[in-house]
Amino acid sequence: MDIGYYPGCALHGSSNDYGSSVRACLNALGARLCELDDWICCGATAAHSLNHMLALALPSRNLAIAERQGYEELLAPCPMCSMELLKARCALTASSDLREKVSEIVELEVQGKTRVLNLIQILQKIGLDAIKQRAVRTLKEFRPACYYGCLLTRPADTVQFDDCEQPSSMETILCALGAEPVQWNYKTECCGAGMTMADGPTTLELSHKILSNAVAHGANCMVVACPMCHVNLDMKQADIDREYDCRHDLAVYYLSDLVGLALGLDEKSLGIDRHFVVKR
Amino acid sequence: MSRIGIFICWCGENIARNVDVERAAAEVADLPGVVCSVAYKYMCSDPGQSLMRQKIVSERLTGVVVASCSPHMHLRTFRKAAAMAGLNPYLVEMANIREHCSWVHHDRQQATTKAVELIRMSVAKVRANAALQPISIPITRRALVIGGGVAGIQAALDIADSGREVVLVEREPSIGGKMAGLSETFPTLDCSQCILTPRMVDVGQHPNIRLYTYSEVEGVEGYVGNFKVTVRKKARYVDMDACTGCGQCWNACPSKKNLSEFDYQMGNRTAIYVPFPQAVPARPVIDRDACLHFLKGKCGICAKKCAANAVKFDDQDEVITEEVGAIVVATGFKLYSIDRDQASSKLAGYGEYGYGQYPDVVDALQFERIVSASGPTGGEIRRPSDGQQPKSVVFISCVGSRDNAKGISYCSKICCMYTAKHTMLYKHKVHDGQAHVFYMDIRSGGKNYDEFVRRAIEQDGAHYHRGRVSKITQENGKLIVRGVDTLVGEPLTIEADLVVLASAMQPAGGATELAQKLNVGYDEFGFLSESHPKLRPVETNAAGVFVCGACQGPKDIPESVAQASAAAGKVLVMFSNEQLSREPEVARINETNCAACFACVRACPYNAIERAEVRDRKGQLVKRTARVNPGLCMGCGTCVAICPSKSADLEGFTEQQVYAMVESLV
Amino acid sequence: MSGNSHATESDVFSEANVAACYQCGKCSAGCPMAEHMDLLPNQLVRLVQMGRFDRAMRAEAIWKCVSCVTCSTRCPKSVDCAAVLDLLRQAAFEQGKVPPSRRRTLLFQQAFLDNIRRNGRVCELELIGVFKTKAFAKDWDLLKLMEDAPLAPKLMRRRKFHFRGERVKDRGLVKRIFDRCNSIKLDLATSENS
Repeated sequence: MDIGYYPGCALHGSSNDYGSSVRACLNALGARLCELDDWICCGATAAHSLNHMLALALPSRNLAIAERQGYEELLAPCPMCSMELLKARCALTASSDLREKVSEIVELEVQGKTRVLNLIQILQKIGLDAIKQRAVRTLKEFRPACYYGCLLTRPADTVQFDDCEQPSSMETILCALGAEPVQWNYKTECCGAGMTMADGPTTLELSHKILSNAVAHGANCMVVACPMCHVNLDMKQADIDREYDCRHDLAVYYLSDLVGLALGLDEKSLGIDRHFVVKR
Repeated sequence: MSRIGIFICWCGENIARNVDVERAAAEVADLPGVVCSVAYKYMCSDPGQSLMRQKIVSERLTGVVVASCSPHMHLRTFRKAAAMAGLNPYLVEMANIREHCSWVHHDRQQATTKAVELIRMSVAKVRANAALQPISIPITRRALVIGGGVAGIQAALDIADSGREVVLVEREPSIGGKMAGLSETFPTLDCSQCILTPRMVDVGQHPNIRLYTYSEVEGVEGYVGNFKVTVRKKARYVDMDACTGCGQCWNACPSKKNLSEFDYQMGNRTAIYVPFPQAVPARPVIDRDACLHFLKGKCGICAKKCAANAVKFDDQDEVITEEVGAIVVATGFKLYSIDRDQASSKLAGYGEYGYGQYPDVVDALQFERIVSASGPTGGEIRRPSDGQQPKSVVFISCVGSRDNAKGISYCSKICCMYTAKHTMLYKHKVHDGQAHVFYMDIRSGGKNYDEFVRRAIEQDGAHYHRGRVSKITQENGKLIVRGVDTLVGEPLTIEADLVVLASAMQPAGGATELAQKLNVGYDEFGFLSESHPKLRPVETNAAGVFVCGACQGPKDIPESVAQASAAAGKVLVMFSNEQLSREPEVARINETNCAACFACVRACPYNAIERAEVRDRKGQLVKRTARVNPGLCMGCGTCVAICPSKSADLEGFTEQQVYAMVESLV
Repeated sequence: MSGNSHATESDVFSEANVAACYQCGKCSAGCPMAEHMDLLPNQLVRLVQMGRFDRAMRAEAIWKCVSCVTCSTRCPKSVDCAAVLDLLRQAAFEQGKVPPSRRRTLLFQQAFLDNIRRNGRVCELELIGVFKTKAFAKDWDLLKLMEDAPLAPKLMRRRKFHFRGERVKDRGLVKRIFDRCNSIKLDLATSENS
């Protein structure tokens, strides 16, 4: 299976552990990721905060590239990217005037036809049975708190994925591989996302609440599918511990890490050795 | 030769402002057959009508055209006036030069021209009018009331007390409806059961009421005055006549852990049970799905205990036909559920409130049972999860209601009041407890209603916060309620022991299916449509079918009862006549021409056309033909349009008349 | 701004369905940042309803927002509150009405966009460098300036540290996209001066 792949800046930058993990995991499942030619940044929070049109144009350029390369589906493992791509896609499909205008701006005809998928959707597409068949070990020692954050399920109309209040798609996959996800209350609360740099204390506070709730509900690790969530919960965990005088000691995995472990991949190829909190 | 009089109304300024009535009167005076044409300031006034009557006599008119407002307003008025002057009322036509002309046009010149054309069309029509006689149809002076809640009970008692027979059909094993499960009622805090149960007993003992409980209306045939209703009496497995209601059976029943419908799944009942002690009829019913006899083929303890031999395991459903002349629908309401699964795709549940997965988040009717002396906790306020007394209770208004995103835009009207009541009842029983209310607006219109809400706040100390709740989670046995107080402009999180949702009122299950059987309209939410929101509030567009109570829209007990009495009054007005008189503008089949293809039979939306046979004097079949039942025909004209042999025509709107109107224009 | 195209204010906010808001406050109740805001999301929407854009634009709250979209998701009237805040941020930025206390957030967003404009993709080291310099160097806030420096070796050890970030090939195109988008300004009526 060949899939159009939009890694986004984070997976090529400090979240390259997520990049390795996604690639290793999906390769092991027989999916080949074909990176878009000369893709550009989606603009993220900065674009939609400061320039409405830019927030449409940047992802549209990438959709246009995907269309030109003939990809019907595009994997964007970063929920910020996939949400921005989907927002642009919705706006483009809704208005022919906008399609024309944006095509002119990005110097490439764009229709907004490419379907944008997140990591979970790709795994769903591969199928639980296929994943289970290839699994070589159980994940039963993992009691993860599956954390969806904001943008995997929101805005609900745009991303149309899972239940935006009580999502369960990660649990379904992990349960099938033997893990025992916990029920907890902060699945869709925000970790502060892109405010890490701009407003450090805020992200520490929000992330602290999330980690605390996961621990309180008996989790022994967390699972995310977002590079920003991972930064705030993993890289910043030491800061959180210091700020709130506590010790969460909670390893934070990407979904592809745990699926990859079940498939028999080693921690190094999945990039788990590059995480900050290492436990077990 | 026709002698037609034209009467043009100014309608004060309404018509005269934009239509030059005098010019119009002059222009239509010369139309063929017209012998007089006058304009008058208010044709509907007494002098206006007497002017018309005088002209009918003095000019020996054979037809009248009144050019004024919509026929919906005054056709009856003018037809009555014509009849008083000796002219067949169906020789009166109206040209609507107000709604169709003066109100919608600004150019006086053009509006006048249009008015003239409208009048010319009506003249062309009235020239071809025939004198018609109203249709008389016999009437069965017996009523069916569907639904045995407080509205149905009231309607049934009112009709029965006037001496007419009533058939009352209730789906549940007992009458009483939602009100029987309520604790105390606003704004007086009188005990709901205490005021309702005497009425229930009256129904059970009334000589004029035939009560079918645990029964449903399956089919309705016929038409106003002459309905044939089939009722399915579900197998009760108890002989109603033999049973004495002694209670030996349900006391002995070993299947005890079945969730009680009456307690909204918060308490248990046996497999053979009466839903509540004051049930009417006080006869048990066996729940097949819980009974060990039916599940495992053994047990039968109830039958052994019954001294009257009333338990009948071989009982079957029974289908009964009842003939009635009028039907009152009082099927009531249910509460919106916040569950993930919804009855309709338009509705969405509240994932943010946990989709109903937290046992201590209950709805308002469940809370009524928790507070009620006859409830699962015996009237002590204890929460479902662990039976603890809640010290902090959050009441949330507008759950589902006024929430377009969840699919319901309307206000459920009663929640503000019962929420205030709930906080009072709670405070009266848990003195050291605190009630919090999240509300958007407080809607307490009604006699002594706002005073009641103020009492809850000022005397009983309920904390009212203006704002919606965004999320409910559960932590360590507490419900964490995240809301806002928009009046101080701060988010507000309350740790509650119990949360009570004032969920939206929705029509009871099956209401739309019933409405379809009855040909009654309903809105997008399934509430039955009244004929006119102000002037015909309990009538429906199906003649002889009336509505009352919450099936028509959210309403409280006083309103439901008032509406029920109104519906009963309308039924009795109908029953005050030996025969029903109907307008004669119905379809007619030319039976000589009819090719008996019966396309009309299939097309008729009112099932008013039947397959008939024409026989000669010796009883020999001459031919088959379609035939219209004038009692059922609503005069819609579908048959006229579909008939390939042009054998169907509509009295008062014949093809000849309609073509004459069109020709007068071109 | 002559020669630039302007989106009209009614277009701008009507798409977010602002007129439908009945002030239930569910947006503010669910907002993770509400406790830290000077004006709550529902109050901002109310100000927009009243046409008091200036007051709304000067709120610190719009820069506290973490764009989690919980407000829009739960709104019973389908008001896109998150989009309203986006538009207010853009307007405040364009009109220079960002409160000094939130300058740091704006500087980061600006540095982020500048970074993409130059490289087509985010170059993290450069972004942090530029942002920190702009945000703290002026005040000689060395503590803040060097706050994240200890992270560098840790990142390096994890092979997450890149001295040179990635750049796209067609950087001219990226600049042209930016220029075209930058010429489209939001046009809010600002007759009101609160």
